[in-house]
Amino acid sequence: MHLPLVSARGISKSFASIEVLSNVDLDLHNGEIHALLGENGAGKSTFAKILAGVHKPTQGVIKLNDSIVEISSPMIAQELGIALIHQEPISFPHLSVAENLVMGQKGNGLLTKVNWTEMVDHARQQMTMLGVEIDVTIPMQGLSIADQQMVEIARAIASDARLIIMDEPTAPLTPREVSTLFGIARRLKEEGRTIIFISHRLEEVRMICDRVTIFRDGERIATNTIDELSDEDVIRLMIGRPLGKYMRKYNADIGKIALSVNKLGLEGAFSDITFNLRKGEIVGVGGLVGAGRTDVARAIFGISPAQKGTIMINERKVNISNPADAIKLGIAYVPEDRAIAGIFSSLSVEHNLTAAIPKKIAPKNIIRRVLETSFSSESIDKLSIRLASPDQPIVELSGGNQQKAILARWLHTDPQILILDEPTRGIDIGVKAEFYDMIGTLAESGRAILLISSELPELLSLCDRILVMSEGQLTADISSHEATQEKIMKAAVPKMAISA
Amino acid sequence: MKPILKFLSGREAGIFVMIILFCTAVGIYKPHFISSNSLRIILLLVPLIMIGAMAQMLVLVARHVDLSMGSMLGFSAMVAGLMYRDMPEIWWPIGFLVAVGTGAVLGLFNGLLVTIFNLPSIIVTLGTLNLYRGLTFIISDARQINRANIPSELKAMSQTSPIFGIPWIILMSFAIALLTFYLVRYTQLGRQIYAIGSNPNAAPLRGINVTKVTLIVFIISGALSGLAGIMYASRWGFVNPSNTGMGFEFQVIAAVVIGGVSINGGVGTVLGTFLGVILLGCVAAALPLLGIPGTTQSAIYGSVILIALLIDRSVRQRATANTKRSRA
Repeated sequence: MHLPLVSARGISKSFASIEVLSNVDLDLHNGEIHALLGENGAGKSTFAKILAGVHKPTQGVIKLNDSIVEISSPMIAQELGIALIHQEPISFPHLSVAENLVMGQKGNGLLTKVNWTEMVDHARQQMTMLGVEIDVTIPMQGLSIADQQMVEIARAIASDARLIIMDEPTAPLTPREVSTLFGIARRLKEEGRTIIFISHRLEEVRMICDRVTIFRDGERIATNTIDELSDEDVIRLMIGRPLGKYMRKYNADIGKIALSVNKLGLEGAFSDITFNLRKGEIVGVGGLVGAGRTDVARAIFGISPAQKGTIMINERKVNISNPADAIKLGIAYVPEDRAIAGIFSSLSVEHNLTAAIPKKIAPKNIIRRVLETSFSSESIDKLSIRLASPDQPIVELSGGNQQKAILARWLHTDPQILILDEPTRGIDIGVKAEFYDMIGTLAESGRAILLISSELPELLSLCDRILVMSEGQLTADISSHEATQEKIMKAAVPKMAISA
Repeated sequence: MKPILKFLSGREAGIFVMIILFCTAVGIYKPHFISSNSLRIILLLVPLIMIGAMAQMLVLVARHVDLSMGSMLGFSAMVAGLMYRDMPEIWWPIGFLVAVGTGAVLGLFNGLLVTIFNLPSIIVTLGTLNLYRGLTFIISDARQINRANIPSELKAMSQTSPIFGIPWIILMSFAIALLTFYLVRYTQLGRQIYAIGSNPNAAPLRGINVTKVTLIVFIISGALSGLAGIMYASRWGFVNPSNTGMGFEFQVIAAVVIGGVSINGGVGTVLGTFLGVILLGCVAAALPLLGIPGTTQSAIYGSVILIALLIDRSVRQRATANTKRSRA
């Protein structure tokens, strides 16, 4: 056996106090294409980013060609010959393609002369080598995302990288571009370079990968040659964990249809989405990251409205063109990324809690402190938000308590339809259980709840029905007593994107 | 043929057309506007703004802004003026070194605040705009450097010409424009300034030393403001702590924005900036001819900035729409 190119031992990584990667050992050989598979948040991208110097491991050692290396920055990774091709291309949109290929290369002083002819010729050669037709003199922003991705790949190859990490490179590509990419990947492999391939598409993994490593809950579960594993094996290894301890303890009466969505579509995001949501019902939406779940939620809430299809509320057709419309119709949306879209980070807990009800706290257009205080202390008691004082900046609270505050804010508007997007992500187990109770109580009080979640146990234990989305399509609508983790995963994993 | 077509489709052609239209319109109304004499007037109005505009272009391309230029101009001119007054026998070209050096130090101070303390450049330079102006009063005891103290050789640079009757200071401003063109087009530094402005997050990941490049940009801005300061002394023959350089940054920003430099970074050309300065010079030269009082100048510069920003916005929106279409 040859010495492995990369040998990682005992790699752990925590963000804040949450461990996302725990004690991972992995060897990567020269000239292999190695797939990393796992559910969302299983740790595969974190592991890749540690190799690329984006994150620093909390613990563990990485050896490159048998000598210990400390990959403390993306620059050092580059110098060591490790290139990461990001999911979203990182480029300079106003500069030409040719410049993007060479920008920041080593060995150039600030006053080194730029030789445009040579640079453009060289860029053209690289594009020809890749077999893609891209005008290298136009600005990067004039390119499609797929072409931008190709430029990123060209750059990684040109930098003589020994290890090339591709994080879901095929997601934005057309089938033809995917086969071009695979052709390149095979050639790189023949040259003895190593590729890490992160993808959700099992068929693609089978087509080009030699070995796979499966991650689950931050741990490496298995590493094997791809031929030894059936699709069922892979899915079982990806999800094979016991159901969470939480069991549903409420019983809501399911009433009339509250929200009805018919053939909803938005170009480039989702199409043909049809489902009903009844009063007192909790409907889960499962699927992988990028399946279009959040886009549907944002369309219903009017942030980026759908172009096609209709939305009915209480059996009346409605037109939602912005969030204000949605709020008036009794819809509330707790977004996925609370730091960006949820909290007002510079304001106090109290101001955050009352932000959605300006009319209630200011009866005559003048804010009354008494009302502010009474509304916020009511929420703090009801949802047992743990804090030092209501005047505390909200960012000082833990993630779970921030999330409670956002939910509490919406409850003040007395919404009839609640859309919760990954409400328990990054929240401790204890607070999670409280959240589940809260969602249950809300359903019992006759509210309709749409719960987007990537955690299968959460969907299975909490929901009456589970919808599954994959690549912008609704691929399953399963009632809770028929649903299993396997069924959901099968519907969530995209079908063959290309023919072999 | 191809470069000509490219020029015609770009922003520069638009400004060029605007210059022609404006001059023709004024020329019809006041025929003697189209003469070599008024060309001379226009050219004498612009050298300082030209030099400032080249520097401000670099700053804006890097996604920053420098509001302190006028005060840096004033302070540097004052330092050089004080030297001339207190050391009359000094070799007069030393004034250039002193003014440019002083400006560079002031620019370095701006740059350090922006990079090391990570403060927004608009606030930093708003602060130093007042700080440097105040220091100018302090070092000069609030007194003007008079005509008698400025070396006659320096003053002569605004009148005498080495070639074609074009005065020295105009030639120098064109030389600065050419140097800037070389810098942005043919050096790594120039390209990195664009890269930083185009995507500040990607720049460090690509191995660009953002701190260093940003510092250099602010030093250039200070140094060129200093150069404009000594040229002010040459052109007007005095240095006044309160007037010299007052409002300079706004004329400069007007010219640069008209020239198509984006305030969102990453976009801007030397040719566009050059034409923006010329257009502004034409407007300034035409105002007295048309009987519009000088008191309205500020209002006109202000409106011009706003109009240019509106044009910039509509152009940008069209560009984004195009990208979106090509993605879909």
